[in-house]
Amino acid sequence: MSAARTAFRPNWPARLGWLLLALYVVYAGSTLGFVPERFATGLDHGRRFLARMFPPNFSRWELIQSGILESIQIAVIATVVGIVIALPVGFLAARNLMPPYVTWPTRGLIALCRSFHPIIVAILFVKAIGFGALAGVMALIVASVGFIAKLFAEAIEEISLKQVEAVRATGAGFLSVLVMGVVPQVLPRFIGFATYQLDSNLRNSTMVGIVGGGGIGATLFTAYQRFDFDVVLAILIVIVAMIMAAEIVSGWARRVFQ
Amino acid sequence: MSVPVSAPVAERSWQRFSPGLRLARFAFYLCTVAAFAVSLRTIEIIPEFLYDAPEQMADLFGRMWPPDANYLGPTLAALVETLHIATLGTLLALAMAVPVGLLAARNLTPSLPLNLLAKFVFVTSRSVNSLVWALLFVAVFGPGPLAGTLAIAFRSIGFTGKLFAEALEESSPGSIEALTAAGAGRLSTLVFGYWPQVKPAFWSIALFRWDINIRESAVLGLVGAGGIGVALDTALNLLYWDQVAVVLAAIFSVVVLAEIVVTLVRNRVL
Repeated sequence: MSAARTAFRPNWPARLGWLLLALYVVYAGSTLGFVPERFATGLDHGRRFLARMFPPNFSRWELIQSGILESIQIAVIATVVGIVIALPVGFLAARNLMPPYVTWPTRGLIALCRSFHPIIVAILFVKAIGFGALAGVMALIVASVGFIAKLFAEAIEEISLKQVEAVRATGAGFLSVLVMGVVPQVLPRFIGFATYQLDSNLRNSTMVGIVGGGGIGATLFTAYQRFDFDVVLAILIVIVAMIMAAEIVSGWARRVFQ
Repeated sequence: MSVPVSAPVAERSWQRFSPGLRLARFAFYLCTVAAFAVSLRTIEIIPEFLYDAPEQMADLFGRMWPPDANYLGPTLAALVETLHIATLGTLLALAMAVPVGLLAARNLTPSLPLNLLAKFVFVTSRSVNSLVWALLFVAVFGPGPLAGTLAIAFRSIGFTGKLFAEALEESSPGSIEALTAAGAGRLSTLVFGYWPQVKPAFWSIALFRWDINIRESAVLGLVGAGGIGVALDTALNLLYWDQVAVVLAAIFSVVVLAEIVVTLVRNRVL
C-alpha cells in the first residue's frame, strides 16, 4: 500500500495564521464601526463629492501659484539645511568611526527626530515661532535630519575600511581621512538619500500648511473647509504635477552621480 | 647621449569622469546652490516672531509639565484605534496592491499598456499625501476611523505595490518553468511558483509599511479621520498643553515599540 503523495502538503500553521488574520480584520473592523450601510451612504456622498470636484477650478491661479512657490521654497531650504546638519550627525552615529559613548546619544537624537510625523513637529514650531513658512521649514529640517543622518550612518558603516586605512597610512589627519577616504565611498548613495528627501520634503511641505506652517497646504485646507471642492481638485492636480516633475529631476540627478 | 627610457609622463593626466559627466555634476551643484539662494531670498519670514522663540518654547514646555494623568484613559483608547487603523489600512493596501502588482510585473503581464496602467496607479497613490487622502475620504464617508483606514490603504498601495512588483520581477524563472512543464495553470504557477519566492519580500514590505503607517495614522485625526490625532486635535484646540504632552508621549512610545517589534520580527522570522 503506497501512501498518496501530495506535491504540496497543506501548511496548517500558515492556514491558521491566515485564519487569525481574518478574525482580526473582522474584530478590528467591528470595533471601528465599519458597517455596510456606511459604505453605501458613503458611495452616494462620494458621487456628489466627485460631481462637485469636476471640472477643476483654476480661477484662483495666483493664489495657487504663490502657495506652491512657498512650498517649494520650504522644501528646498529644509532639505539643504537638513543635509548640512545631518552630515556631522551621521558621522557621529557611525559605529565604525566613533566610540560607543558618542554613537549612542547621537542615535537617540536621530530616533527622536524620526519618531514624530513632520506635521506634529510643525504644530510645536507653529506654537514656538508663530504661523508662517519658518515653522514649516523647521519641522521639515527635523524630519530631514532624522532620515538622512540615519541612512548616512548606515552607509558609512558599510564602507570598506581598506581605503580609510590607506589614507590614514599616508599620515592624513582625521578631516582628510573623512574627505578622502570616507566621502567618496558614500557620495553616490548620499545623493540618492538627498534627492529622496527632497521629494519627501516637497510632499510634506504641501501639508504643513494645514497646521499653519506655510505653503500650499493652508490654501488647500481653506478651500476644503469652504467646500470649494473644484478648487481643491485644481490644487491637487498642481501638487501631483509638481511632485512628478520633482521625481523626474531627482532621477536625473541620481543617474549623474551613479 | 641618453635615450629616454619612457615617454614623459608629465602631459598625461587621469580624470575620473568624462567632461560631460563633470559638467552635469557641476550643473547639479550650481542648480542646488541657486535654488537654495533664491528660496532664502524670497521666502517670507517674519523676523519679529523669532525674537521671542526661546521664551515661547520655554512657555510651551512649562505648560506641558506636569502632563495631565487624567487624559491617559482617552489617549490609550485613541491609541488602540490608531493601531487598528494602521493595521487594517496596511492589510487593505496589501489586498489591493497584490493584483495591481501582478499587473505591473513585466514577466507576469507581458503587456505594456497594462504595466503602465499599474505604474500610474502606484504614482497617483504615492503622490497624494495621506492627509489629503484622509480629507477626501472624510468628505465621502464622514469623520471617523473608516476614512482614516481608507486613507492609509490608498496611500500605501503605491509603496507596497511597487516593491511587490519589483520582487516578482526578480524571481527566478527556473521553478516556474518546471511548474509550467508539469502542466500547471496560471493560478498554480502563481501560488506554487511565484509566491514561495516572493513571500519573504512580501512580509518584509508589509512590516516596513506597517511601521510607516503607525506614524502616519497618528496625524490623520487632525483632519477628523480618527485615531489618536483626534485626541491631539481636541487638546490643541482647547490649549490643554498638559494633555498634548500625554498624547505626544503616547505617540512616541508606540512608534518606538512598533520599531522594536518590526526589528524583532524581521530578525526572527525573515
